Amino acid sequence: MVTLLGTRGSVGRAGPDTVRYGGDTSSISVLGSQGTWLVLDAGSGLLHLSPWVPPEVERIDILLTHLHMDHIQGLGFFPPLRDPDIETHIWGPASTTQRLQERLSRYLSPPLFPVRLRDLQNLSVHDVATDTFTIGEFEISSDLICHPGPTLGFRVVEDGKSLAYLPDHEPALGSIGLPGDPRWTSGFDLLNGADIAIHDAQYTPEEYDERRGWGHSTVEHAVALATQAGVGRLVTFHHDPEHSDDEIDRMLAAVDHGSLAVMPGQAGLELRL
Amino acid sequence: MAQMPIELILARHWASYMAIPIWIYGPDGTLVFYNESAEALLARSFDEEGEINADELAELFDTTSLDGEPLEADELPIVRALAERVPAHLGLRIKRSDGKWLAIEATAFPIEGQGGRHLGAMSTFWEMSPP
Repeated sequence: MVTLLGTRGSVGRAGPDTVRYGGDTSSISVLGSQGTWLVLDAGSGLLHLSPWVPPEVERIDILLTHLHMDHIQGLGFFPPLRDPDIETHIWGPASTTQRLQERLSRYLSPPLFPVRLRDLQNLSVHDVATDTFTIGEFEISSDLICHPGPTLGFRVVEDGKSLAYLPDHEPALGSIGLPGDPRWTSGFDLLNGADIAIHDAQYTPEEYDERRGWGHSTVEHAVALATQAGVGRLVTFHHDPEHSDDEIDRMLAAVDHGSLAVMPGQAGLELRL
Repeated sequence: MAQMPIELILARHWASYMAIPIWIYGPDGTLVFYNESAEALLARSFDEEGEINADELAELFDTTSLDGEPLEADELPIVRALAERVPAHLGLRIKRSDGKWLAIEATAFPIEGQGGRHLGAMSTFWEMSPP
């Protein structure tokens, strides 16, 4: 079961005009058929998961796409991280000079945060780049994708069903046209044939023209790439904090997505792989 | 064929905007991209010809040292960047596709990606000014 906990990008925004799609930043819960629990990114949406973690849970794995604040700010407020009876694993990108543990410690340490990462008792931190690894019943592939700084996308597979998660991604930057040659398109292999793709669709075309290189996509980009990759269903994600729910509706309505199933990412939305 | 790593995708994008000749090689020595400025030397359009494998590439050019002595392949900057994973620079002569010899400076460096991945190498060159 895939549950969207936070769908907003950049910074959280709570208010009457973000109630439908949610104001919290990126976080997704993925619960496997055998009880393995994954969390994709740890934005403020992660806090919605805390009440649903049953006491008998022994392990949670948190996969971070990158370390921008909107993807990690929920970490310090997630009770299982402080529970020595829960084995917690964090997987994410190192930089060229620092391991993930060091990079995360820059946030999880004073003066930015009162608790130090190293004081968490039952935590393991894993550097990930372009890898394939197994967690419980999930086969996970990671690849570096186009976004400023080391940034991963993930593909999570269980029983042949796949979820591609690329919340911050600007494939148009590195492509000669989009859709272009799949071999030269960032993120293509992660998305190729995925049953569900959760993909960045932050900007309108006008906003993209002003923010080229900031690492994000338009709805048009996401639809073009998902269509080319033969995705089953596209969930638009990383909604701009300046966009109201109505604006997100307008952005989707303005794009011809052909036969591709497209829906806006909505906090609380549950999807079955 | 598998998707290229993001480092090569971005390198190609950058190279396509450069006015200096740029060649991008995969780790096996295949020339996976060359920009418009480099097409002049190759006399081949990338859009028409696509990639050139290492064996074919070796047949395309004659090279010598600046004083006309034969060069071993492992003296070429691009070969050193790929095999030894070090930056390399050399002045040399190269025979263009129209038969004209040019004296050039060539620089190559390895493309080392995140996680210690050796992804290939990049090379640029420019014609030496007459003495």
